[in-house]
Parts: sequence; structure tokens; C-alpha cells
Amino acid sequence: MAVGAPRRPAVKRNGSAPYTGVPRVRVAVGESAGDDGDLLASRVRLLEGFIGRGEIADCAQIGLQWLGAVLGIRQSICLIRPENEQALFVVAAYGLGSAVTRYSVSVEDWRNPLVSAYTNRKELFFPAPHSAADRKRRPVTPLEDAAFHAVPLGVPGSEEGAGLLLLEGASALPSELHWFVTVFSQKLDQILRQQILAEGDRKQGRERTLLYNIINAVSDPILLTDTEGRLLIANARALTLFTASEEEGEGRRVAVRMNNMLLSSALSSKAIEETGATRRELLLVNPADGSDLVFELLSTVTEDPRQGSGVVSILRNVTDLRRASEEIEENYRKMRIAEVQARAESDRLNLIIDSVADPIVVTDAGGGTSLMNEPAERLFTIPVDASEIEQRWVQANDAHFSSFIAGMLVSSDQRRGGEIGLTDPRTGEPMPVEAIAGKILSEHGELTAVVTILHDRREALERQRLYSQLQVAADGLERKIQAATADIAQQNELLRRQAIELEQASALKSQFLANMSHEFRTPLNAMLGYTSMLLQGVAGPVEPPVKRQLGRIESNGRHLLTIINEILDISRIEAGRMPLQISTFKVPDLVNEVKAELEPIIMQRKLSVTIEMPRDLDPITSDRQKVKQILLNLLSNALKFTHQGGVTIAGKRNAREKTMVLSVADTGIGIAGADQDRIFEDFRQLDNSPTRAYGGTGLGLSICRRLAQMLDGRISVQSQVGKGSTFTLTLPTKGRK
Amino acid sequence: MTTKPDRPRVLLVDDYPDAREMYTEYLEFSGFDVVEAGNGMEALQRAVDASPDIILMDLSLPVMDGWEATRRLKADARTASIPVVALTGHALAGISEGAKKAGCDAFVTKPCLPEDLVREIRRILDGPPSAQSNKKPRRSGKYAKTS
Repeated sequence: MAVGAPRRPAVKRNGSAPYTGVPRVRVAVGESAGDDGDLLASRVRLLEGFIGRGEIADCAQIGLQWLGAVLGIRQSICLIRPENEQALFVVAAYGLGSAVTRYSVSVEDWRNPLVSAYTNRKELFFPAPHSAADRKRRPVTPLEDAAFHAVPLGVPGSEEGAGLLLLEGASALPSELHWFVTVFSQKLDQILRQQILAEGDRKQGRERTLLYNIINAVSDPILLTDTEGRLLIANARALTLFTASEEEGEGRRVAVRMNNMLLSSALSSKAIEETGATRRELLLVNPADGSDLVFELLSTVTEDPRQGSGVVSILRNVTDLRRASEEIEENYRKMRIAEVQARAESDRLNLIIDSVADPIVVTDAGGGTSLMNEPAERLFTIPVDASEIEQRWVQANDAHFSSFIAGMLVSSDQRRGGEIGLTDPRTGEPMPVEAIAGKILSEHGELTAVVTILHDRREALERQRLYSQLQVAADGLERKIQAATADIAQQNELLRRQAIELEQASALKSQFLANMSHEFRTPLNAMLGYTSMLLQGVAGPVEPPVKRQLGRIESNGRHLLTIINEILDISRIEAGRMPLQISTFKVPDLVNEVKAELEPIIMQRKLSVTIEMPRDLDPITSDRQKVKQILLNLLSNALKFTHQGGVTIAGKRNAREKTMVLSVADTGIGIAGADQDRIFEDFRQLDNSPTRAYGGTGLGLSICRRLAQMLDGRISVQSQVGKGSTFTLTLPTKGRK
Repeated sequence: MTTKPDRPRVLLVDDYPDAREMYTEYLEFSGFDVVEAGNGMEALQRAVDASPDIILMDLSLPVMDGWEATRRLKADARTASIPVVALTGHALAGISEGAKKAGCDAFVTKPCLPEDLVREIRRILDGPPSAQSNKKPRRSGKYAKTS
């Protein structure tokens, strides 16, 4: 590789380069037809050394060595001015230390005699200095105080010298040196020329590479074809489309072949005829995946005087562009649809808004009305045939509404409600409305509109008024009810107290009667006892008239006792102090017992008493003592009120009702229908006159009914005046425990 | 008091002198030896002193009532075995129950004719002792109501 303009050429020191080579060319040098063949041989040696050497430093080293060996110059330096440099640099030295390579001479230092030697191409001699002043006049060189010659280098005819030789020696330069300078200068010139030439080539190559890099960097395929459509130059992208090696797949090769055909037909048809750029669409196949690629073909015909005309084609991939444009089209279509939908939506919204009975007003951010429905129009727009007063009402409405909206616009509230006092423009009557306004914000939070719905409050207010009237009426009614209730409560309380008092009075009465009966009995006990004793003759024999009188005392005493016992029973029942003694017993036995107890009276009255009941009648569970008391009462009543005939006591079970039915039927005087209920009342005898025919307290049936009720039974009567009566006692077969 | 191996001795307790006298006269007429007491306290004393065969006990008594006296008699080993017949003008429910609880062996309601009382005494004295305690109190059948 050639060395380009070296700033610091490499230095070949003496002895480092082998001095070999066989002379093959003989050069005749006429000028120095010397005395002997040695000189000629030494010249040939130098020329042979130069042959094939392309480097200045190498040649210079060979030259200096030759000078030392042939001409006896012991110390020498070769200075060369590289291209574009303003100094002379050491390229080779002979007989000096390595420090010499740092030496250089600036060509701009015009006071330096070496510079004038170089620029003027004039040989100079510098003798050894004899004094400090001499030394000052001498240029500073590595040769120091030694005498030396400065010899310029360069071919005649060239503007500038190639360099300078500094040669040690006090004597005059030999003639042979001039031959050397000529040859060496020519060699240097040749090398320099070659270097410049090589530099030019390199530059061209670099530019070419750069150009290739540039066109390869272009993502669009670029190609140069000849007039036949053959590919001359293609960039990397184009190569992938139009070339394929044998190793590559069949599909790819086919695609490439097709692309070439498509390209040549595209170019051949038009490219030649027309001059200048043409733009066409070219459809190619992507060899990588077989997909379609759409290119825009830009071809330009170039005229090259050396190579004839060719066509430069640039293919621009518009596949994506096409796709993009299709997408744009699609988007536009969608937008149109959306727009249509939006319009339909808006129409529907308008319909909805118009169908709402409440006024709706849409206000824009500036406070202007952008939409209102029909009810709102009636409030806020002046009708064509409006009278002056109607116009004023509408204007007042508008003002009220505007002030509400203004308040909404300046506030930060998202929603706001309020009442506005409007006027009905049709009637002029006050129309209070409830306004509810909401802000509509865009995606970015900007206020786009305010929607306000107004609701006529008149109906609600009227309803409210009616309701409050109703409320007042209801309150009044409630107060009255409360007063009445309080009154009733008071009455109830009074009644309750009276009831308690009555109860207490009743209890007192019962207690009093119980006590009284005890107090009655004690003396009666003595009276009856003594009467009995007198009748029995305990105190001695009694005369028959006395005995008759004593009998009267006894019977009246017994009657008194009966009355006392009955009063006592009533009061015990009323005081709830008549406990039940439940047992299971046979009814026929009981009936016989009753009959036996009353046998004396039966005998006395000369009446028949018949018992009609099955012997195997089931026993019943009840209070035996009380059932007996009832039957005794019924039977003694029957005997008392029957003068002839008889009494029948019957008993039977009613299986369905689970009851025992006992009846006492007589053939006595009977009871009239109207009186049949009254006979069970307290102290009731049908004949209430003081001279009544039948004795008794009138408590008997009353006691019977109460006892029957205590036993969960009942007593009823069937009777006909003059025919007789039947009293029926019905008792549950299983009385309560 | 006279000894009487053949005459049963009755202790008659009643605060109403007429009644006491009447029953005493009739009981003695009927062949009983009668010891009297006017209240519960006296009754206790007489029961110990005279060791009667039967005691007729009125319930409403001064100083100590018949129920208390009966309880004490039944609690005293010396008198516990003597049958006590409650004899009262009280006819209200609960009276007989109370008398039974106090330890009375029988219950007779006044008014009671002297002959009825004698019949009751004989029944108790002649009857088996076990039957006496189970005897239900009853009202004298002679005075069943006949209104």
C-alpha cells in the first residue's frame, strides 16, 4: 500500500536496510565517462537500489549510504518537504544519532539560509565557525560546528524544490554528486507523482463506495438499466427484488423472474421514447413472502457519452401509502355513518325533548339559548300576535331565567336547583317554577352547555294548599277524637271504679249474708233443738194440744232454716266461694237417694213418683252434691205444685252431644209461656202477692240454674198451664275437673 | 264427775251457753257422761283431766278457737287418739276443709237437732277407727232444703 503524504516520514537509519539486488539494466552515463569502471559500477548499484522502491525514506537512505560509501561523505541528512507542509522534515540520515529525526526546518523562516537554499535552488557552503559571531550566522543543524554543504533537491521545470541535502565536508563537492542529485531528484519526483496518482485513485474509490453506501441506504429500490432493460447497477433493496442466487428457494426465484419481466416491460414500453422522469405504478411480488407490493416507478433516461444511454429507476413503495389511503377512505366512510347516526340521535333527542311536558332549555357556555322545547318556547318566546302586556311577561320571564342561568354559569356547582317566579304568558297569572340545571362538560372538562328543566309548581302548590287544609281539618278531627277518647277513658275509669265499688259492695253483701246466716243459725239451732226435745218428752210428758203447737214451731223453724240456707247458697255462688267437688257417680243411685229423702213429702202429698231410666246408664263425672241439690229442688218443686197425678224422673244419654239429660215432669198447675223465663230469676215466684198460695223464698230455681251453669250444664222448662211442667237438666257426661 | 264404766264420756265445747246446755241435757238424757268447756283453752284442760271418749268442738270460740284447740289436742300424745267432731254454724266452703286440716275426724253443721248429733256420736264411737278419718264431712240430711 502506498504511503500518502506522510507528515513524519519513517526514517531508515544506516545499515537497517539490506542493500541487495542484482543489476539487470545497464545504464550508460555519458557525462561521467570516468577513468575507470568502478564509478560506473557504483552508479549501477545506486540505480539498482532505487528500482522497485516506492518509498521516499527508503530511497533517501539508500542514497545517503551510497554517498558515504562511494563519495566518502561521513555525515549527511536528507530533508523533504511533504505536500501541503510548511517545513522540511528529516526522512533519512547517515552517520548521525537517532535524535536527528526531530530536526526540521520551517520554510517560512526566511532568515534561515537553508530556506533560501531550498527556495532558490542554490547550493550553499557553511564552513566551520571560528568565532561565536560565525556560529550565529550559521543555521543550527544536527551537524553542529562541522563544515557542510546544503544542496537543493528537485527536478528542473517544477515550481518548488523537493527538499534539501545537508552534506558534511569542507572540501568542494565532487562532480559525481551532481549526477547523484539529478538521479535522486528524478526518483523523488517519480515517487511523489506516483503517490499523488495513488491518492487520486483512492479518493475515487472512496467516493464510489460512498455513493454505493448512499444508494444502498435508500430504502427505495434504485437501479440503473441499459436500453435493453438489463440490470447494470442496483442497490441492496433492489437486489432483493430483482436478483436471486441458485441456492435460493424456487418460490423466490420465480418471484424474482416475474419482477424482472414486469420491470422490463414497464421500462421498455415507455422509458426509451420519453425523455425525462415518468411516474407510473408498478405492481411487484415480494420474494420474501409472495405478498403484493405496489411501487411508484420513477424512471429517468441518462445519457452517458461513454456508455450510451441508460435508465435510472427509483421505485417508491406505496403499498403502505395505498393501505393508508384505503384506511382514510374507510375512516371517512365510518365518520359519515357516525354523522348520520348522530343526526338521527339528535333528531330523536329533539323529539324526546319536545315530548316532555316540562319546559327544557339548553344554554351554551356563553349564556345563549341553543335549544328549547315547545313548552319552553311558550314561556320565553314572544308569539306573533302577542299583545304588549304579553310581550312584557315573556321578557320578564326571559330576564328571570337569564339571571338564574348567569348564576349557574359563574358558580362552580355541577348542578343547581332553584325556584323562579315566572308569569304564564297566556293568562298572566304567576307561575312559580322549580328549575333544575345541570352543566354538560366536554371530555376536557370545558363547559359546553347547561341543560335546565323547569317544573311548573302551581299544581304542587295547590295540592300543598289543599293538603294543608286537609291537615288542619284532620288535626281538628283528631283533637275532637282525642277529646272524645279522653272523655271515654274518663268514663271508663269512672265505670271501672264503680265496678270495683260494686264488686266490693257485692263482696261485702255476700260476707254480710254469710255472717248473718251464721248468726241466724245459732239461735235457730237452740230453738229447733229445744222444740225437738220437748216433742220427744225429754223434760216430761206433753199434752196433745201442746204437742201440736210445738209442731208448728218446729215446721216454721225449719222453713226459716231453709230460707237462710238458700240465701247462703246464693251469696256463696255470687262470692265465688262454692268450689266444685268432681267425682264419677251413677245417676240412678243418686235419683233413688233424692226420692228417698223426699219420701215423707211424697207420702204426705199422696203422689206417685216414677223413675224411668236404664239401670246400666253410664256413670257421669260431675259434682255429685250439686247435682243432687238441683234434683232435690226440682223434685220438691214438682211435688209442691202438683195436686194430683204424679211426677216422672227420666234419665238418658245423648251420645252425640256427650251429655246426660235428666228431666222431672209433673202433672201440676203449669207455667204460662211468658213467665217461663222469669221463673229462674232471683226471688221470683209467679205469685208475688203477700197471700200467695205457695211458700218458699223464690230462690230455688235461680240456685238450680246457677249450679247447672257451674257444672257446664243448663236447665230448661217446657210447660202448659193446667197440664204440667217438665224441667230438663242437661249435663256434660265428663264435667271439667 | 262420776265414774261411769258403761256411760261414754263426751267433751262438749261451745261458747253459746244455750246450745251447750241443750246438748248437755239431751246427751245426758241419751245416756252420755258430759263434760263442758266454753273455749279452746278450757277444752285442752278438760280433755287431759277428763279423758273423754269423744270431743264435740265448736270452731268459733273465744280465747282459743276450735281449729287451734284441735291442732293442739292432736299434737298431744295424751289426747291425740280422741276423735274430734267439728260442730259449727259456719256453712261457707273452706270451713270444713280447715277443720279437717286441723285434725277433726268429722264435721257436723249447726243447726243440728240433738237426736241427730247423738246418732252421729254413736256412729263414730261404734264405727271402725280407720273409717272415721276417711269420713267425709256432711251436712245433716234432716235439714236439706225443701223450698
